[in-house]
Amino acid sequence: MPIEVNGKSYETDEEGYLANLNDWNPDLATAMAAADGTTLDENHWEVINFLREYYEEYQIAPAVRVLTKAIGKKLGPDKGNSKYLYELFPYGPAKQACKYAGLPKPTGCV
Amino acid sequence: MADFKTPEVKEYLEIPALEAGVMSHSAPFVSKEQFQAPLGFPGELVDNWQQVAIDKLGELLETNRGLQVFMDSCVKCGACTDKCHYFLGTSDPRNMPVARQDLLRGVYRRYYTLPGKLFPKLVGAMDLTEEVLDQWYSYFHQCSECRRCSVFCPYGIDTAEVTMATREIMNAVGKGQKYSNEIIGKVFKIGNNLGLPEPALRDTLEGLEEEVKMDTGVDVRYPLDEKGAEVLLVTPSADFFAEPHVDGLIGYGKVFHQAGISWTLSSHASEAANFGLFIGSPENMKRIAMRIREAALDLGVKRIVFGECGHAWRVAYSFLNTLAGPFDFLDPRYPVPQHICEVTYDLIQRGALTLDKSANDHRRVTFHDSCNVARASRMGDMPGGQFVIPREILKAVCNHYYDMAPDTIGESTFCCGGGGGLLTDDLMELRVKGALPRMQALKHVVEEHGVNQLVAICAICKSQFSKVLPYYGFEMDQIVSLHQLVGDALVMDSKQ
Repeated sequence: MPIEVNGKSYETDEEGYLANLNDWNPDLATAMAAADGTTLDENHWEVINFLREYYEEYQIAPAVRVLTKAIGKKLGPDKGNSKYLYELFPYGPAKQACKYAGLPKPTGCV
Repeated sequence: MADFKTPEVKEYLEIPALEAGVMSHSAPFVSKEQFQAPLGFPGELVDNWQQVAIDKLGELLETNRGLQVFMDSCVKCGACTDKCHYFLGTSDPRNMPVARQDLLRGVYRRYYTLPGKLFPKLVGAMDLTEEVLDQWYSYFHQCSECRRCSVFCPYGIDTAEVTMATREIMNAVGKGQKYSNEIIGKVFKIGNNLGLPEPALRDTLEGLEEEVKMDTGVDVRYPLDEKGAEVLLVTPSADFFAEPHVDGLIGYGKVFHQAGISWTLSSHASEAANFGLFIGSPENMKRIAMRIREAALDLGVKRIVFGECGHAWRVAYSFLNTLAGPFDFLDPRYPVPQHICEVTYDLIQRGALTLDKSANDHRRVTFHDSCNVARASRMGDMPGGQFVIPREILKAVCNHYYDMAPDTIGESTFCCGGGGGLLTDDLMELRVKGALPRMQALKHVVEEHGVNQLVAICAICKSQFSKVLPYYGFEMDQIVSLHQLVGDALVMDSKQ
C-alpha cells in the first residue's frame, strides 16, 4: 500500500513502513503522522532527526537507553526517559517514531 | 490500533460460550521470497503444493515418531478443551487444542490411514484443499506452542509438536510466516533477531557502562568479544534494545562483577533466541545454535550462560548438545549450559552476594512462569528447580513476594499470549485476548496482596506484557526483569 505525498507515490510495507530508506523526506513524516492523527512538533522532530542520524551511522535504530540518553541531552534531563517518549509516540517510540523517520521496523522480541 | 474488544476480566476464569469461527480472520503476514530464501524455503506457494505438503507430512511421520503417535492416539476425551489461553480468551472452538490439531489429523487420516482412504467421511478424514491450508495458516498461528494442554492430556499428546510440524509443512510449500522467517534471516546475516550490528552493540554496551557508573559509582563492565573470559553470556538481543529487558542485562553484569567472574558477550552469537524451534525446522535450529558453539570456541570461554529468555532455555537445556555439541572443551565442573538464574542462585546460597532487600521495598512482587522454562526444561539439580530457583532468588532480594493462583503457575502456568512466534503487531487481537487468563490471575493478587510488579525471565513475555497490560487497566512498566530486582538489591562495592 503506497503512500501519496505531494503528488508522488512511495512504496511501503504491509504496516506502512517506507520500503526504501532513501525515499524519505520531512513531508512524508508529516503525512504519516497526520494519517495517525498526530501533528509533529519540534520535540517529535528532535527524536526523528536523532533516529535518522543514528541509523545512518549504525544501520539500526538506537536501543531505548541510547535514545533516552540522547533526547535527555537535547531536550533536558526531565525528558530523557521512555515515559516522555511514549507521550510523544503513544504507539511506542521504537515503532512509531521509526516509521515516521523512514526506518525499518525493529524486529525480534521487542 | 486494531478494532476488537478486550475481554472482560471477571472474578473467576469462565469457560466461554462458543462462538464458532470468530477468530478465522486472524492470520499473520505471509512471508516473501526475500525472507524465505535464506532459510531454504520456496518464495511463494508452489504449483503442486498439495502433493508437496502430503509428501512432507509423510516424511515428518517417518522421522518424528512422536508425531505419528500424536496423530493416532487422540481419543477425543476433551480434557484439553478448556486449557488453552487462546480458547479461553477468544471463545473460538477451533482454538480448543483438540480441534486445532484435528486440522492436521483429518488430513493425516485421509492420506495415511486405510479407513481414511476408503471411507473418509466416516472417520473425520478430509482432503487437503486450499480452504484447509488457509485454516492451517490461521489456527496454527493461534497456538503459542506453550504445551499447557499437553500437561492435562491423558495420552501425553504434545500439541506444540503438531503445530511445529504443520508450520514446517507450510514452509515447505512456500507459505511461511513473515515475522519468524525475517527474524531467522537476520540471525544468519547479522547475528541476532534485531539485526543489531557489532558497532551498534558496542556503542549500546558502552552507554550501559556509563549509566551504571553514574547510578552506583562502580565500574561494572559489559564486555563484548573479549577472548579468554571465563563465561560467554548468550542473551536475547531484546536485552540490549528494549525496556524492561535492559535492566535485566544490567543486573547480570552486576552479579558477575560482584562475584568476580570474568565474562563476555559475543557479536557473533548476540542472540539467545532460536526461532527455528517455533517454525519446527531442525535445520534452521541447528544453524542458529552452531553460532553459539563457534563463538565459545573462538573466544576460548570455559562456561556458557544463558540470559533471561524462555524458549532459548528450552533449546539450550534440551537440545544444545544434540544441535551443536559436544561441548567437551568447556569446564566440566559446570552444567552445559547454565542459566543466569542458576548462577545467581548458587552465589546467593554460598553467601557470595551482599543483598539489601529493602531496596525493593516499594515493590510487591509476583512471578510469571514462562511456558518453555516451566514445561520443557529444568534448573538446578532438583525436580521442579525451574520453579523453585527464580522464586528463591526473588525472596532473597525482596520482602514482599506473592504467588498467583496455583492452577495458573508452575507446570500449569498460562502463556503470556505472545509466545511461539506470535509476538507480532499483526496478531495484536490474538495477543490481547490470549493474555486474559494471566491477567485474571494477576488481578487477583493485585487486589488480594497489593502486588504492583510482575516479574518474568523471558524476553517475549516481557515485551508481550508491556504491550497488553494497558489493555487490562494496568501500567506497561509493571512488568520487570528478574535480574533488575537482583541488581537493585545488590550492595555494590569496588572489589579490587
